[in-house]
Amino acid sequence: MSQASNPDKYYVPEGSWWPLVSTIALFVIFLGAALTFNIGATGSPVLILGFLLLLVVFVGWFGVVIRESENGLYNSQVDVSFRMGMLWFIFSEVMFFAAFFGALYYARIYSVPWIGGEGAGEATNEFLWPEFKSAWPLLSPPSEYGFTEFKETIGAWGVPFWNTMILLTSGGTVTWAHWGLIREDRKQLIIGLALTVLLGIIFVLMQAEEYMHAYGDLGLTLNSGIYGATFFMLTGFHGFHVSMGTLMLAVILFRAMKGHFTPKNHFAFEAVAWYWHFVDVVWIGLFIFVYWI
Amino acid sequence: MADSMNLDSGHHEHHAPSGWTRWLTTTNHKDIGSMYLIFSLIMFFIGGAMAMIIRLELFQPGLQFVDPQFYNSMVTMHALIMIFGVVMPAWTGFANWLIPMMIGAPDMALPRLNNWSFWILPFAFSLLLLTLFIPGGAPAGGWTMYPPLVLQTGAAFPFLIFAVHFLGASSIGGAINVLATVFNMRAPGMTLLKLPLFVWTWIITGFLLIASLPVLAGAVTMLLTDKYFGTSFFSAAGGGDPVMFQHIFWFFGHPEVYILILPAFGVVSAIIPTFARKPLFGYQSMVYAVAAIAFLSFIVWAHHMFTVGMPLAGELFFMYTTILIAVPTGVKVFNWVATMWKGAMTFETPMLFALGFVILFTIGGFSGLMLGVTPVDFQYHDTYFVVAHFHYVLVTGAIYSLIAATYFWLPKWTGHMYNETLGKWHFWLSTISVNVLFFPQHFLGLAGMPRRIPDYSVQFAEFNMISSIGGWVYGLSQLLFVYIIIKCVRGGKKASDRVWDGAHGLEWTLASPAPYHSFDTPPDPSTIEGGVR
Repeated sequence: MSQASNPDKYYVPEGSWWPLVSTIALFVIFLGAALTFNIGATGSPVLILGFLLLLVVFVGWFGVVIRESENGLYNSQVDVSFRMGMLWFIFSEVMFFAAFFGALYYARIYSVPWIGGEGAGEATNEFLWPEFKSAWPLLSPPSEYGFTEFKETIGAWGVPFWNTMILLTSGGTVTWAHWGLIREDRKQLIIGLALTVLLGIIFVLMQAEEYMHAYGDLGLTLNSGIYGATFFMLTGFHGFHVSMGTLMLAVILFRAMKGHFTPKNHFAFEAVAWYWHFVDVVWIGLFIFVYWI
Repeated sequence: MADSMNLDSGHHEHHAPSGWTRWLTTTNHKDIGSMYLIFSLIMFFIGGAMAMIIRLELFQPGLQFVDPQFYNSMVTMHALIMIFGVVMPAWTGFANWLIPMMIGAPDMALPRLNNWSFWILPFAFSLLLLTLFIPGGAPAGGWTMYPPLVLQTGAAFPFLIFAVHFLGASSIGGAINVLATVFNMRAPGMTLLKLPLFVWTWIITGFLLIASLPVLAGAVTMLLTDKYFGTSFFSAAGGGDPVMFQHIFWFFGHPEVYILILPAFGVVSAIIPTFARKPLFGYQSMVYAVAAIAFLSFIVWAHHMFTVGMPLAGELFFMYTTILIAVPTGVKVFNWVATMWKGAMTFETPMLFALGFVILFTIGGFSGLMLGVTPVDFQYHDTYFVVAHFHYVLVTGAIYSLIAATYFWLPKWTGHMYNETLGKWHFWLSTISVNVLFFPQHFLGLAGMPRRIPDYSVQFAEFNMISSIGGWVYGLSQLLFVYIIIKCVRGGKKASDRVWDGAHGLEWTLASPAPYHSFDTPPDPSTIEGGVR
């Protein structure tokens, strides 16, 4: 790899062990999780080993890519490939969330009313749980067998509203950081990123506090019938994505402080910013459909 | 940009590195394509062996060889292996080998992601096949994993779920790579409407993969949390609905069947013009037809569940949209026939398999139309008629086109011609036996024989016996295919660069065998003929 970046040349990266090592890491994680489900805690060391291996992969694989990028090996065509890859990846994430939003929609519009006897569900209601009345939010599930009641839902205009503000603001700060990067104002870049990371951490902490409130005070748990299931799976996967996004932003902040990125060449920054905006948009959907209406 | 575009000089030095590490660490589209195809071929025989066990048990009424639980495992694993382990990896393998050569690129856009997508496959299938040896055995609830039945799976349950997650990641990675390659790596002058149809069908397949596999991941995640974390997505007792799983699953599942078959359309659209020595009839209408099929595939899913108890409006909507698919599919079939009209036809093995595809896939399409009509589906649902239908579209559809594509491009890959006489034997043995295997299953289904049951009423005995004999002959015939491939890889008549005198497209301008990096410099734009020609 004697020649430095030349945008007019095709570039095919060198062979790498990381793809194989990362599949081994994921295999160990899946194996460990499956063992843990089957035989309990005895299987968890395998799981932990898998995660440690995955951590090594993250540091190693991204490290190689960062070094290659900083050494100017990538040309503009590689940059476009990376961008397309990230956009399609985000689209796949959108479809993952769509499945859970679909489940929420189906439960609210179809299954709960049907069990309550609406539409064609008259016989269903009579033969299964004649006392059951359809409602949303569904505080008491049709059957007490296996599922629990809860007192009330988390209102939209408390913590969720402030979390909305936090995420919207963080979308602003990351864009402000991007402007700083383009204008070569490194201070603005670093302050903007640091603020975004901070807002991400505050969001996750507030969500954690809210989960404790739900579990401890309201009796709202994963076991609380379909409301609890959709509530925790949607907000839980979102919270996981915010945590990942915050971690990614922290890496970008660290790289910015080391002097990486130029006004023309900063795919990693933009990829993470896109991801952050995606997480933001999903939250708006959650705020409207899970908390508000 | 055009004139100075050549490969970074450092890379010329590691042409075809040797030893094991080459295969483990490779970023080369041909290496990865070969690994995909070899993996797919191996899985074809593992999944095929399971089919042989199924046909063995069904040879006579009564329980003869395996216990019902194991039989159900065989049915479930056969489907998962053939779909996720054979057809999907094989198409990704062909995409890897062919797309860079067809669009005039040096390699795939994201070579390390490419390697990652491949290496997931053996690990994911280790996870799945491992369950054959654990207490309780392999998953036996059917590949569709319907709750509540699938939630009764024993120790194999989390292995099944994680294998599906893992395989989904592989497919999404492969699809992202194909899309980035086609949209970013085309040679100057290779405009979108000059792309060979195989590339076009893969663009749309890639989109379907990225849009539908995450939905499957979501569905199986809900199964996992329902079983282990107390959620109630698919339990009416908590306000959920087992039918909801079927909706989410088939929202993935119907695009999935087009993922399996669209690249086949691309392959047949390359082979028929070559051996009819005429340009493809209606190139643009072919592109639009594929796009229309892909769009429709997202709004037909509930035709897999007509008997589940949907509102009438749903039954009607999904029936109409399903029947609508016949229009773009008809466009394609008629275009292939029109391409052959007054052509100077010859019948080499790839052409035979492509013609077999057109005729037998159309039979599968017609039985699909029958199944799409709601009132009559109440008769056919969950019978052997459905089994006959999807084996006509998948075996004589997807697998036939995969075999055709192998014979068609194998000389380009290996530099040798395969043995034409043996190829013809392979075709005729396969085609006669596959019809003996699957055609009687239509009658069994219409007479009411249910799917996924190891035993049956004695009136079904003759047709089942005939079907089993066809199945074993078909299975054995595929050993001939492996023999022909190995023979061709190891030697044979030297193939010319163009290989087939009617072949058009950039891949035929390269040497046979094709160089390690396809196009070090972009091809001369004047050599790009385009799909319309």
